[in-house]
Amino acid sequence: MTEPSELQYTEEHEWVDVDGDVATIGITDYAAEKLGDVVYVDLPAAGTTVTEGTVVGEIESTKSVGELFAPVNGEVVEANQSVVDSPELVNSDPFGAGWLLKVRTSSLPKLLTHDEYRALVGE
Amino acid sequence: MTPEPGTTTPEASAAAVERLSPLDAVHRAAGASFTDFAGWQMPVRYSSDLAEHHAVRTTSGLFDLSHMGEIVLIGPEAAAALDYALAGKLSAIEVGQAKYSLLLAEDGGIIDDLVVYRTGDDRYMVVANASNAGVVADELRSRADGFDTIVSDESDDVALIALQGPDARAVLVETPGFGVDGPGNDADDFDAAIDALKYYRAFPATFEGEPVLVARTGYTGEDGFELYLAPHRAARLWEALRETGGSRVVPCGLASRDTLRLEAGMPLYGNELSRDIRPAQAGLGRVVALAKDGDFVGRAAIEAGQSADAPVLVGLAAEGRRAARAHYDVYDGDGADAAKVGVITSGALSPTLGHPVAMAYVSPEVSEVGRELFLDVRGTRIAASVVKPPFYKRDA
Repeated sequence: MTEPSELQYTEEHEWVDVDGDVATIGITDYAAEKLGDVVYVDLPAAGTTVTEGTVVGEIESTKSVGELFAPVNGEVVEANQSVVDSPELVNSDPFGAGWLLKVRTSSLPKLLTHDEYRALVGE
Repeated sequence: MTPEPGTTTPEASAAAVERLSPLDAVHRAAGASFTDFAGWQMPVRYSSDLAEHHAVRTTSGLFDLSHMGEIVLIGPEAAAALDYALAGKLSAIEVGQAKYSLLLAEDGGIIDDLVVYRTGDDRYMVVANASNAGVVADELRSRADGFDTIVSDESDDVALIALQGPDARAVLVETPGFGVDGPGNDADDFDAAIDALKYYRAFPATFEGEPVLVARTGYTGEDGFELYLAPHRAARLWEALRETGGSRVVPCGLASRDTLRLEAGMPLYGNELSRDIRPAQAGLGRVVALAKDGDFVGRAAIEAGQSADAPVLVGLAAEGRRAARAHYDVYDGDGADAAKVGVITSGALSPTLGHPVAMAYVSPEVSEVGRELFLDVRGTRIAASVVKPPFYKRDA
């Protein structure tokens, strides 16, 4: 599991872990808790070009549907097949095995720090 | 990611001006997440919607339903007043019996769906949905005018705890403190009374010396009980059932209640039922007792009938894991030129069955069982078959 304090965040309750030119993307524990049990995840295929701020996927719980926004511009290099097969990973390990996408990107927008994100969700 | 609106953490909701259950402190101590439901702060889940759902199907689940409304009618003409006020023939039920009924508007639309308990020769308790409790009380008062009966909204003085699931009966009889209301009043009598209690029956019992109405009713498709008692006793009963049941009793929030009742094919007011829906459209024609003597509110409109093309409620089952949800459109094909033939009222990925299920109002010509329809899931058409609810039926 990635240390949440070392990640960057968006106001859409996603986390971004940058390693070189690849950003790993997931949703936060706060978002997973709000959704409830995730039962279906729809992710873009590898090779898909994504645009920052647009909806690229869906995360469905028993009760509701959450949209996955691309936090960066770039190209999807991998979608997490484990999460597609076992959507409950988003609840059980949102910062680790529950990651959603890896996107190759050349430029990062300004994202929130851990402290800024915690302030956003009132923690 | 956009989190579900309307769900708040206990911390975030503490300042909200909303009604609280008598079990509120118990739920907060248990770490529940809350939702605003009809002006009440009620638990939406304790930990996991799915775990709570499965608990009710396999062991048992404990629900706080204290937000429901209870309106009591007492008087020699209570039965006659209800026969006039409601769609069913409530004078025909015996003391100790319960009946599902409808409060209709003059135009035949559904104001609320109700469970009515006959608690004495001249005494009934009408249980209304939380969102409609005030309206139901007002309508009953107004409709009982001229009948020799008192109508009293006792919603604030009644808490409701439901214990539902295959282990519910065992847990209830094992829980110390129960007795039958009346002489004797020991635990053996209570066990015998529970064993003799049929579905949709109730009897007056005691818990630690204070009255509790024990009813074999529910909204989950499982065997189970609904326990009506004074609010100040609710926390004690809740804890006693949990202590006795241990891992067989899982506290359940409203999220699992919704998927449970959907699997059981039970309508939810506000989703399947509304002022704009006639009973027959919802498959509830049998609830309207047109054969009963005398007038009742809505009779003329129901007898006049309704346009033959009025939408009707159907069940829909699909494959895969992508669920169509309330307000999604239903089409007669997957092409761009296919006609829209209906709207989903409730839908979810069924936790028990593992595939999507939904209820929808569709035009009658596409409502026959087996008909293939297409559900518009945010731009993607998902094939579904019309099926006859319930989607899930427990083994007898």
